[in-house]
Amino acid sequence: MIDRSGLADFIYREARLLDEQRFDEWLELFAPDGRYWMPLEYGQTDRRLTASLMDEDFFLLRLRVERLKNNRTYSQKPKSRCHHVLQQPRVDVFDPETNHYVVWTAMHYVESRLDRQDLYAAWTTHELTEIDGALRIRMKRVDLVNCDSAFGSIQLFI
Amino acid sequence: MSYRDNPEALRALVRDAEVHRDVYTDPEIFALEMERLFANTWVYVGHDSQVAKPGDYFATAIGTQPVLMVRHEDDTVHVLYNRCPHKGTRITTETCGNTGRFFRCPYHAWSFRTDGSPAALPLPGGYENTPFATSQAARGLTPVRHVHNHRGFVFAKMAAGGPDFAAYFGDSLSSIDNMVDRSPAGRLEVAGGVLRYMHNCNWKMLVENQTDTCHPMVAHMSSAGTAIELWKRAGEQNPKPMAVEIYAPFMGPYELFETMGIRTWDNGHGHTGVNHSIHSNYSAVPGYFDQMAAAYGEPRAKAILDENRHNTIYFPNLMVKGPIQLLRLFKPLGPDRTLVESWTFRLVDAPDFLLERTLVYNRLINAPTSVVGHDDLEMYERAQEGLLANGNPWVSLHRLYEPGETGVSVSNGTTERQMRNQFRAWARYMTAEP
Repeated sequence: MIDRSGLADFIYREARLLDEQRFDEWLELFAPDGRYWMPLEYGQTDRRLTASLMDEDFFLLRLRVERLKNNRTYSQKPKSRCHHVLQQPRVDVFDPETNHYVVWTAMHYVESRLDRQDLYAAWTTHELTEIDGALRIRMKRVDLVNCDSAFGSIQLFI
Repeated sequence: MSYRDNPEALRALVRDAEVHRDVYTDPEIFALEMERLFANTWVYVGHDSQVAKPGDYFATAIGTQPVLMVRHEDDTVHVLYNRCPHKGTRITTETCGNTGRFFRCPYHAWSFRTDGSPAALPLPGGYENTPFATSQAARGLTPVRHVHNHRGFVFAKMAAGGPDFAAYFGDSLSSIDNMVDRSPAGRLEVAGGVLRYMHNCNWKMLVENQTDTCHPMVAHMSSAGTAIELWKRAGEQNPKPMAVEIYAPFMGPYELFETMGIRTWDNGHGHTGVNHSIHSNYSAVPGYFDQMAAAYGEPRAKAILDENRHNTIYFPNLMVKGPIQLLRLFKPLGPDRTLVESWTFRLVDAPDFLLERTLVYNRLINAPTSVVGHDDLEMYERAQEGLLANGNPWVSLHRLYEPGETGVSVSNGTTERQMRNQFRAWARYMTAEP
């Protein structure tokens, strides 16, 4: 049975998997047709004819995760680390009948490598669904407060 | 040592097939580049579709000079220095928008027509019996004098000297022409949004990398190589995912890049992909060829689409990718800081799918979140750091060097000749008498 606190637990667990660099386990949180979307525009609605910073299907997410392990991934020598600070996730949609749940979370995200540390502020919107008794991500939308700024490399996952 | 009054020292930085590290690291060299190179060459400002209607403006920079491109009421496109003649306030408040018939400074309400000429200011009586009338302030927003619009692509030259537009670019305009011709209407529109990626390295490293065909299979093994590996593991299912179609050619063998060819032109321009390129084998888009054939006739349509140039450098800081309708502008911010803007275009009257593919390409290759971008930036930043090492002050550009090289040539695609071509032009503009 999915309940509201279970939805929040799911969000906290996801952030912890990322912070602990357990990327293979993190990938398992996605539905097979799940997506990770980071819009380029503030309030962006179109993914097709408007550019995005990330718009990853499972193949592209898997590519990023495998690349992080590759011995010749020089931009990860040394490796980046990341750190999420989450506000209490808010359940925006709770609809067991259609198996559709939407959770909104405000967060600060830090990515660090060598002597550099970058801070990003974001809101994430998770569209979740239950598959074989477990919650899975249909869509994780990451809205950066400064989505249209010029950034250096963002190499891990907000 | 100062370079400013020492043309011999400047010339000595560029040898036939080597350049001194100071061209990438020295703050004085950077300042001189802005004064001499970026002032005396034709630098890309923007595309006229960004200012489609009278009063539309777009704020950008030529080198480090803030400018705005604006469409005047007579439909001509002007480029103005973006400062109020009064106190220096940046005149536009947004990056782009429509200002109507007048720019109005938000500080003291001085206003100007969209060609920069003065329109009005409050309490004009206060300027009577002062030398204001003969000051530069009375003349309005200072225009950049030399502006040329080539099929929508607006370039400007800030200084009076230097070659005229046609002489400066010569045959290199054929790459822009090919990109525009790919629209059945012969027209492009900026579309999709701009990706902005901050690089802690010198702008020239990025320009050089555009024709560096010996790095993809090495630096991008981590990204493109992994994409191919994953697709193989999945049993190479059909249809091939667009991401694999875009990534896979980066891992092509050296032979692919050798036979691709590199062409150079005078004044530092040149391109990779003379015979074929990493863009040659993209899937056909249903309906597109028919639209092209209807517009141009079949033979001409085929000739346009068979031209698959890879990267064309418009010296100093623009790269155009005709087959994928994309350009990258390498905006110098400091000797070790460069803002890379990657812009995309819609081919007017062509299927939306082409823009969709262009946007996927831009995201996968040029975004600050792109794994290919991560591969490249890591190399530039390592070079920016490594060049500080005193053991050897020279950077090698020897690959396939031939004595007596001139501007116009076609060579083996793994030559570093285009980089040498850029530096020959660089040395000329850096040492030219004003």
